[in-house]
Amino acid sequence: MQVDDTDRRILRQVQADPEAPASELAERAGVTPATFARRLERMREGGVVKAIREQVDWRALGYEVEVSLRVTLDKTEPRAFDEFIIAARAVPEVISIGTFLGRVDARLLVIARDMSDYQRIYREYILSLPHMTDIEALMQVATIKDAQSVPL
Amino acid sequence: MELDDIDRHLIRALCEDATQSAGALGREMGLSQPATWRRIKRLKELGIFGPRRVDLDLEGLGFGVTVFLGIKLATKGRVSLEDFERAVRAIPEVQTVQHVLGLFDYRLRVVAQDLPDFERVLRRRIMTLPGVGNVEANVLLSEERRPGPI
Repeated sequence: MQVDDTDRRILRQVQADPEAPASELAERAGVTPATFARRLERMREGGVVKAIREQVDWRALGYEVEVSLRVTLDKTEPRAFDEFIIAARAVPEVISIGTFLGRVDARLLVIARDMSDYQRIYREYILSLPHMTDIEALMQVATIKDAQSVPL
Repeated sequence: MELDDIDRHLIRALCEDATQSAGALGREMGLSQPATWRRIKRLKELGIFGPRRVDLDLEGLGFGVTVFLGIKLATKGRVSLEDFERAVRAIPEVQTVQHVLGLFDYRLRVVAQDLPDFERVLRRRIMTLPGVGNVEANVLLSEERRPGPI
């Protein structure tokens, strides 16, 4: 699907402030509310806008710890990626699973209530995931920027 | 904070699509529109949701490459951290910056049109950041967000 400059302007405004009322976003994008609604709907149908989602603030639910686990997998095992991902999906505290080209093969984002909860999850679930040859942990201290927007 | 099964269901559903109406969500669970609306309002007041996210088809919009960078600062100290953070925040291609503990000091999520474009961002913007030391790049192949312990 093709997007033109007006579409990009609309997307920029939606990205920048997804909570704002449509009428305000339309004004910021310099289009009428009707045009805004019609174009946004068209971009949703065309798959350019895949979804507008709420995101859980895990801290508000008592999850104080967030760890990024960088995993190296055993590449001699052809099913390593698939089996690792299927097993990782079964761990509720895993909130994101990524695969990579580079020094790291996969990354799991794990949340826990506190360090002892993290210890439990790590020992009971993470260490028993299949085909891992190495794990490195990065503990999140602070989020400096979380724009999720792209320079359209 | 007390959440029951209906709350959990609502949270999951809104994390899939925040634009669903209270009426449509309520029908799935056999709940009236006003009751559903009150539930959603309460969840929002409890601060359960952070900022909404807009999922775009990045490839379709010409951003074919997402790279995660691990950055180690060459020199540390309060001033250099602040300088680094201010400068890195201003780079439009950098979506996320996280201060981390471990092998690296910062984790960055960077979008680019393609690998040559990424190289431009890396050379002109990242490698010139104040205090930047070791940089490790991993190209994102797939990403799956999970509902989490809800």
